[in-house]
Amino acid sequence: MTPDTDQQRRGPYPETDAAPLPPRPDATAPDGIRPHGGDAALPDTPPDTLPTGRPAEPPRGTTRPRRHGKGLRRLRGPLGIGIVTLWLSVIVLLPLAALTVAAFDEGLAGFWEAVTAPAALASLWVTVLVSAVVALVNAVVGTLVAWVLVRDEFRGKRFVNAVIDLPFALPTIVASIVLLSLYGPNSPIGVELNATRWGLVVALLFVTLPFVVRSVQPVLIEADHEVEEAAASLGATTWTTFRRIVLPTLAPAILSGTGLAFARAIGEYGSVVLIGGNIPRETQVASQYIQQQIEIDRPLNAAAVSVALLAIAFVTLLLLRVVSSRSQRREERDA
Amino acid sequence: MRVSRGTRLTLRVVALGYLFVLLAVPIGVILWRTFEPGLSEFIASISTPAAKSALNLSLLIVAITVPVNVVFGVATALALVRGRFRGRGLLQAVVDLPFAVSPIVVGVSLIMLWGAGGWFGALDRAGFQVIFGIPGMVLATIFVTLPFVVREVEPVLHEIGQDQEQAASTLGANGWQTFWRITLPAVRWGLTYGVVLTVARALGEFGAVIMVSSGFPGVSQTLTLLVHSRYIDDHNTYGAYAAATLLMGIALVVLLLMTLLDRKRSDR
Repeated sequence: MTPDTDQQRRGPYPETDAAPLPPRPDATAPDGIRPHGGDAALPDTPPDTLPTGRPAEPPRGTTRPRRHGKGLRRLRGPLGIGIVTLWLSVIVLLPLAALTVAAFDEGLAGFWEAVTAPAALASLWVTVLVSAVVALVNAVVGTLVAWVLVRDEFRGKRFVNAVIDLPFALPTIVASIVLLSLYGPNSPIGVELNATRWGLVVALLFVTLPFVVRSVQPVLIEADHEVEEAAASLGATTWTTFRRIVLPTLAPAILSGTGLAFARAIGEYGSVVLIGGNIPRETQVASQYIQQQIEIDRPLNAAAVSVALLAIAFVTLLLLRVVSSRSQRREERDA
Repeated sequence: MRVSRGTRLTLRVVALGYLFVLLAVPIGVILWRTFEPGLSEFIASISTPAAKSALNLSLLIVAITVPVNVVFGVATALALVRGRFRGRGLLQAVVDLPFAVSPIVVGVSLIMLWGAGGWFGALDRAGFQVIFGIPGMVLATIFVTLPFVVREVEPVLHEIGQDQEQAASTLGANGWQTFWRITLPAVRWGLTYGVVLTVARALGEFGAVIMVSSGFPGVSQTLTLLVHSRYIDDHNTYGAYAAATLLMGIALVVLLLMTLLDRKRSDR
């Protein structure tokens, strides 16, 4: 790569880790590397305008580094932004645009017909219903788990804390197999959830477990104990303290975790594909319906339901953003 | 909040019980079922030709996805943090998009763009098969893993600011030197964390990949597709358990790395 050869040309600098530029015999002393004066006070401008802060004659001011510098500056400037935009467009935006266009291939009427077809509507309904149940369970149990992990002390707490992330690390299809081995056909404990809505709920609870826990935990750690103690000393019961003091503090975090869990649940495929059973109008979720429509070569139906699913996810995330920015503003006003 | 001993114990039991039933028991059962017939059976099951080629394909996809994501992820993070241009907010939203899109929808979108009847269908007709080929699986994986590197590097770039970079260039370092000596070392733990997340997701992606793969054993099956087809098509439940256990082992290594790196990141 260029930089290696560059380095060899410029001299034998040792490969240091995070250290700023190693001191050079002809350059400023190490202290000068992080200037506290003029240079540090530069306004936060993009590197394009940086040369204004440079001394008139840069040390070792050969033309070579300048030329290279210009190249990189250009890469970080308009050219870099152009490349990044192009990249994101080809990978993310164009496919989604093609999907949307395909969904409206036969006009708005065609889209509406595809989305409101009984089987499509049923699958969307099952998806939203099951995801809502999962989100609610997560809101309660996730908060509880976070509370236990922050406020309680017991042996093996750190291990439990690490295990919470397991569902994120585990491939979704493995989650499916894992749950099937326990709750599937010839279940060792006699609980068969295979091809029931409860099976869907359990699978989705598994994959969405970390959302609420991980969003509530940091808030609970930061929460002010003094207010709680004050409430208690004023005679509030534990339950009142929780309801009036702790819960309002945690509410935004719980809400955002729940929303993320919901958004994840409505799009989930891998973890429900085996345990769900794919029974139309019973346990077939939207993603399974879409996959089926592609298989039987009905791209319009698949694209239309995909767009509907996307719309639900976007509305959820948009609502979350609105609520969180509102609560943030309220906090700032109160402060 | 002062909680009585009884309540505290109850809460603890409920929380740990929930985790036990949801996480520990199912994983224990699958491990038991995998290793019950003996270790040799397990090894035989994950070293069949189909399993080997699935592992190779999974690793190939990771080997393509990771460098691509690192280069474009760091470039995107730099543009988002250092750049001042119109539409930056829009770019931010686009980076988060893959998190909001269902894997199945990713697959359908790619089919609509790259498939034979899609916008770029000419490529397909010209003999360069994207959908039902490895390029499609790579594109699907890049789509779903795109945010990781950007989102891990971005906050670090924010935090370190530009002082050191500016000092370096004052001292005569050229742009690339500044990047390799100052910027990259500063973001290295964030970047590594992002790469670990990318590897985990790339190995584990199922929904997006199954949509764009032809799924032939030994040709276009990744490890996750192998688990699925063994269970569904071959009714080889044990084989599915064994392959899932292999994937689970990889996931555990990833989790361990994540925990270690997380500590390193917060040490900074």
